[in-house]
Order: sequence, then C-alpha cells, then structure tokens
Amino acid sequence: MASEYTIRIGGAAGQGMQFIGGLLVRGFSDAGFYTFTHQDYMSRIKGGHNFYQIRISNHPISSSRNTFDILLALNRETIEIHAPEINKSGLILYDSEIIKHDYSQEEFFHVPFTDIIRQLDLDKVMSTSVALGAVLGCAGFESLLGFETIISNFIPVTTEGVIASQVKAGQAGLDYITKALEPSRRLLPIGQPEKDKDFLFINGNHAIGLGALVSGCKFYSAYPMTPATSIMLYLISKAEKYGIIVEQAEDEISAINMALGASYGGVRAMTGTSGGGFALMTEGVSLAGITETPIVIAEVQRPGPATGLPTRTEQSDLFFVIFGGHGEFPRVVFTPGTPEQALSLTNKAFHLAEKYQIPVFIQSDQYLADSQWTLEDLDTESLQYEDFRLRGSELSNTDFYQRYSLSENGVSPLAIPGASKHLVVVDSDEHDQDGHIIEDAHTRNMMVEKRYHKKLPLINREIAPPILHGYQKPDIVVTCYGSTFGVTKEAVERLGAKYKIAMLHFSEVYPFPLRDIFDYVDMLNTAKTTLCVENNVSGQFAQLMRMETGFEFDARINKFDGRPFGLDYLLGEIDGYLRGL
Amino acid sequence: MVTLEDYKGQEPAWCPGCGNFAILNIIKRALTELEIAPHQLTIVSGIGQGAKMPHYMKCNTFNGLHGRTLPVATGLRMANHDMLVIAIAGDGDCYGEGGNHLLHAIRRNVNVKLFVHNNQIYGLTKGQASPTTTEGTITKTQPFGSLSSQLNPLAMAISLDCGFVARGFAGASGLPFLKEIMKEAIRHKGFALVDILQNCISFNKVNTFHWYKDRTYELPDDHDPYDRISAFQKSLEWGDTIPTGIFYRKDKKSFEEKIPGIKDTPLVLQPFSFSDAKMEISGN
Repeated sequence: MASEYTIRIGGAAGQGMQFIGGLLVRGFSDAGFYTFTHQDYMSRIKGGHNFYQIRISNHPISSSRNTFDILLALNRETIEIHAPEINKSGLILYDSEIIKHDYSQEEFFHVPFTDIIRQLDLDKVMSTSVALGAVLGCAGFESLLGFETIISNFIPVTTEGVIASQVKAGQAGLDYITKALEPSRRLLPIGQPEKDKDFLFINGNHAIGLGALVSGCKFYSAYPMTPATSIMLYLISKAEKYGIIVEQAEDEISAINMALGASYGGVRAMTGTSGGGFALMTEGVSLAGITETPIVIAEVQRPGPATGLPTRTEQSDLFFVIFGGHGEFPRVVFTPGTPEQALSLTNKAFHLAEKYQIPVFIQSDQYLADSQWTLEDLDTESLQYEDFRLRGSELSNTDFYQRYSLSENGVSPLAIPGASKHLVVVDSDEHDQDGHIIEDAHTRNMMVEKRYHKKLPLINREIAPPILHGYQKPDIVVTCYGSTFGVTKEAVERLGAKYKIAMLHFSEVYPFPLRDIFDYVDMLNTAKTTLCVENNVSGQFAQLMRMETGFEFDARINKFDGRPFGLDYLLGEIDGYLRGL
Repeated sequence: MVTLEDYKGQEPAWCPGCGNFAILNIIKRALTELEIAPHQLTIVSGIGQGAKMPHYMKCNTFNGLHGRTLPVATGLRMANHDMLVIAIAGDGDCYGEGGNHLLHAIRRNVNVKLFVHNNQIYGLTKGQASPTTTEGTITKTQPFGSLSSQLNPLAMAISLDCGFVARGFAGASGLPFLKEIMKEAIRHKGFALVDILQNCISFNKVNTFHWYKDRTYELPDDHDPYDRISAFQKSLEWGDTIPTGIFYRKDKKSFEEKIPGIKDTPLVLQPFSFSDAKMEISGN
C-alpha cells in the first residue's frame, strides 16, 4: 500500500486539463482521500503549456510535490518538460495518435484515447473521459469513484445522454488499463483513509469570497485582474441570494472609490486586485485613511514588476501593501497561508475595518488563490459579526453629531448619511470635528493624534502573534508568512525526525505583532539557526522583521521564478543549508 | 419648510468676484424650492476651488479626491438610492483627471447630478490650461499656447446618449435660468450633466464675465431636447454666440433601477443575517 501519489496532467490550454483534474479531485475526495491541487498556466486562452497537479493522500497534506507518479501527457511538450521529474515506478500515459510519437522506455504507456472513442462511436471531446478512466486504473483504482454523480454535479448543464456517454468513455479507459497494463506496472493502491469524512473543497480566493460573505459584505467593486478575479466571480455567484452588489468598475481607481462611496453610504464594502491594479488604488487607500472610511482590500499577488508573469505567483508586494498610499495613517495587513486563515482573516478584516474605520488588507497570491484544498471542516465558531455603525433609533436619538468628534480612543461614531437629520461630512482635506476643511496647526495635530496615536496602539493589540509549529524549543526555526505556510509546515514535519526544528508562520503582519503573549524574537534569539523562506528576491519579510524588531535571520531561502515552492525543493533547500553548517 | 438658512455653511474662501459665489447661491435656492432638506442630499466633490463648495453649505458631504467624484457618487447611489447625490466638479476635475469616470458614469446612467464649474482654466493650481481652455491660449505651462483642441463636453455627452445634457451661465442674467436647469436635472431620473460657464477672475483673462455675458443666450422654446440630432447641432455652436439651456434629454432606466437586488429596498436598509450567511460555510 502506498500513502500518497502525485498526478500531473499537462497539455495545451483548451485540451481539458481542468475538466479531467476537477473530476479526479472530486472523485478522490468523495472516496475519502485528502487532495491538494495546484495549477500552472500560461497567460493565453488556447495553446501553450499548462498543467494541473493533484496530490492525493490518505493523511492531511498542505503542499505540492516537485515530482510525480503519473503524468497524463496531452501533448508532446508535456513529455519534454516533465518526463525528468518522474518518481521511481511512475508512469507516463499518452496517446501516440495525439502525440505523433512512440516511446519505448518502460515508464511510458500508450493508451489509444482517440481510437477508443472512435470504436465507441462517441464525440471525440469525450476522449478526456477515457484518459480519466485510464489514470484511475493506473493509480490502482478498480472503479470510476462515483463518476456519474460527480459529472452531473460538476457540469451543471448537461443531459442524461451526455452523462451516460461520458461514463461509458471513462469505463472504457479504466477497462483498457485492466486489460493492457500488466498489474505489476500499475501503482499500488493507496491505503484507504478513515471513512465517512465529508470534505470541503476550497481554494484561497473562494475562502476570501466566503469570508466577505459571512462578514456582511454588501458591495464589491473591482476591475478584472488575474489572479484576483475569482473573488469577484465567487461573490457574483452569491449576489442574488445574499443581496450583494458586485460592480465591474472602469478601472481600479474607480473600483476603490466606488467601494469607499458605498462604505460612506453605510454598507460593508470591499475591492480586490493584483499588484498592477493596486498601484492605481493607492491614492484611494490614502483617502480611506484620512476620511476614516472602512474598507477591505484583497491584493492577490503575481510576479512583477509591471505585467511581470501575469498567471504565476510571487510574494513581492508586501512592502507595497504595507506602505502604499501617501501620508501616514493606520492600516492592517493580513497574509493568510491556508483557506481556513483566508476565511477567518477576511472576517477579521471586516471587523477591524469597521471597528477602527481603517483600510484592512488581505494579501494573498496566485498560489494560494488557485490551489484547491480538501478540508474536513471550516471553523465557524470563531467568526464574528458586530455592527459598529450608528444607525436606527440610536442615531436619531443622538442630539449632536460630528463625524470626527474627538474621543478617548480616537474612534468617532460612524453614522449613516440620510438616516437622520444629522449630517455626515467627510473630507480628504484635513478637517475639523464636523468634517469641514481646515488648515490650522492645532486642529491638524488633534486629528493626527486621533487617527494615529490613539487608534494605532488599540489596533496593534488586535494583531495575533505568529504560530509556532513543531518543536516548542527548537534549535532550528524556519520563518515564513502567507502562502508558504503549507509547504513549510510539511517540510518542517518531515525534517522533525532529523532535527529539533519548527516553523514560525506570520499571517497577521502589520502592525507587526506585539511580543507580550508570545515573545517570538526571544525564541528566535534562543534558536541556533534561523531561516526565512520567501517567494520573492529581496526578502521583504526578513527586512520587515529587522525593521520592526532588529532581528536578523541567519539565512534566507528565496524563490522568484514565478513558481511556488514544492515540498521536495524546499526540503532540499533547508536540509542542504543545515548540512552545510 | 426648508429655508436658505438651513443650508448656511462656512464663509467661502474664494477670490472676490469668483463665479463660484453665484453657483453656490443658486444651488441653495434650487434645493430650497424643491423642499430638499440638507440630510436628504449628499454632495460629492473632488478637488478644485469649486469642489470646496459643500464646506460652504450644510449637507451630507463626501469631499474626495481630484477626478474621483463620480466613482464615489456611483458607489453611494448603489448603497442608498433614496439619497439625492449631486457631484460638484470643475473642468479639470471631471473632464481632465476624471475623464474616464465621466464616460462610464454616462454609460451606466447612474442617477447622479453632475454640476461642472467650467471656467476653462485651472484656478486652484494657478492658471494652467484645462481640457476646455481655448486652443492657442498662452499660460505659464503652455508657453506656445494650449496645443490641444478644446473639449466640447456637451457634444461628447450627447454622442454618448447621456439622458440629460445642459449648459448654464453663472452670471446674474443667467441665474434664474440656471436655477430652473438645476431643478430639472434634479428631477430627471438618471445621469444629468450640467456644464456651468463661470469666470475665473484671477487666471482666465480671456473668458471673462463679460465675455460670457455677451455671448450666451437661452435656447428658444421651440428647441426640442428630445431631438438628438438638433441637440448635437446646437452643442457645436461656440463662438460669437453660445447657447444655454437643456440641449438634450432622453428618458431611460437608471443604473440603480436595473440592479435587481435593490428594486424594493436600498442596499443600506437591507438586513444581514450572520447565522444565515454562516450556513453558506456548513453547506459549502
């Protein structure tokens, strides 16, 4: 029995990798297996080289491997690129009619997808189902894993006849393997996991969208930009049911200003983009800062500068999001590492944005956005909803109202305009308590005091310390933030057999967490070796750590090729460094 | 009853003789006559001398960024379509910096009234050419004369099929007519552009108060604002004579009316059920 496999499906855009991959993942998870998928695609609609990778396991997993056990090659380029990454006793499935080439090496196995479809007299698009059946057969499965149900759920608009044909094609693929591939060449079946688990399927952007929805987000405006667009798509899919308005703005400048207009109007509002779009939003962030208008901003990173690698991943906008926007004002930046964190931190973002009337960021990246996780459940207990706006009778019974009245904690009541006779006046200029334009030094000082000195310490108290995973008194600490959580966690768990090692992960990075609950700097100082893993070239988090605490890591592991860290790669990097000491 | 006193705000900090004073007064009169109370209205403005106007009144105000009045106004209307939203901007603000937003606000037909203080020059930044500056005008930043042609906002709006396109003049002789235009714009259900010609006493030495006074006239009663072609023809008239009035009208559904979710209740008044929303996770 095996405990896990990695299946990679490669081909040109439009060849059905998403279809096959999506169905396989659902089949595996319905059968009780844990899966983790990630996608690697080019910025084009047809052609090119894309792949969809599925890791299937009988224990929880949170990262991708750098090697594979089964490669389904839908074009020749896939073979040329991926063949060297095959595991021992792995298989490469291909149809020589499609690839126009025969391979004699023992890891290659020809499956005549096209011919099988011809024999069955089915539409040739159904050869993808033959391929799917073949993959299942090679991975040691004896059935199609409820393919019929999955397909009818997965493709909402389809007729019974189509489903029956797809099932027929899938079965033919599976039967072909049973007949033609000697049992010794098939992969060993994976040990069955515990039964009766009902898995959730979720990726990072889906979790952010869900987080917005449960936090009472009523308005989302954005300009489409990879890899942030799927947050918008998710909210559109729920708009009617939950009364959310999603508006596609003419540009990102408009997107953030619309969201601020809606927030001023009294509803929870959000926008989302990637680095290039965020560049256009920065004056709006500053506007949120001085007008003290609550807003949540998702920034889903891709590699820059400028257009960079539009469909790939990087963690290179940390400083940009922490410092983007002219002038000085408080903000909060969260960097979730998992869909659970993306959900809970988006919820916390809405909570803090309204409680303190500030911009709050959820910073993610293409890797987290597009990787699909199977989760046993999502915690709803820790989610919170508290309406901080002044409305209803509480507002109408107020005798005197000023939008920026000076208060003990710097937070002024946030009234709904039009809901009472009280006027709500906000200004991008420095203003008095009424919200009207001023220029005198005294009022300016009072307002800066209110926004910055009074609110910031309270906001800082809300920021949770990093998570320590592994040895609690480690010799070696691997620090990371954001989407490198899953891979670093697994790497540290594996290296735990060899070293006293732990992961220190930051998901709430700004304001930098206080040290009174958990003195992570003291812990780092006590460790013998400290590393910082980042998906960028300049080590922005390591720089932030030095800036905020004075602590300097012994070494940095940086990757900036636009691809995420795979587990094998990161294990090699960490172990290689530790061996060299 | 709503009175002018209800709208009394700070003392304006404009140059003596600025056309803004007249616009401020006439807006207040139009609102008072329509019995609109200050809390039922939000003025969204950007940056420029005209954009300071809401501080010299008393009403709900969002004085945002240069060029960004219309996106804020659009977001606000989507959150609360019971609120009257007037956007106040200058020619630099909404024809220059925010030009893209204007195109799309017209396309959306969001129910926002855009009153443009058009003095054909940048006042706040001290005398540079604006999109409506006459071609060839020499300024500090255009020493060889403004090289770009003058934007015709009315012709542009009519070409985009904007549902309400008008021009007024902020001189004493034009004010009663301007007030009626403003009231009609406020009554119109959809996006309304009112371009208001005003003098800049400090920086525009060409298009002075008298320059406008001598040229502007009211569109005759037989002008049919529902005739797009004749409206477009009229909008091209600029020189010795400059027409004012409602050039073009078209009645069509506003953006807000087309959003199904807010058909019955404004978004801000719709309740949120945290427990129902959490079901989305458990039933995920």
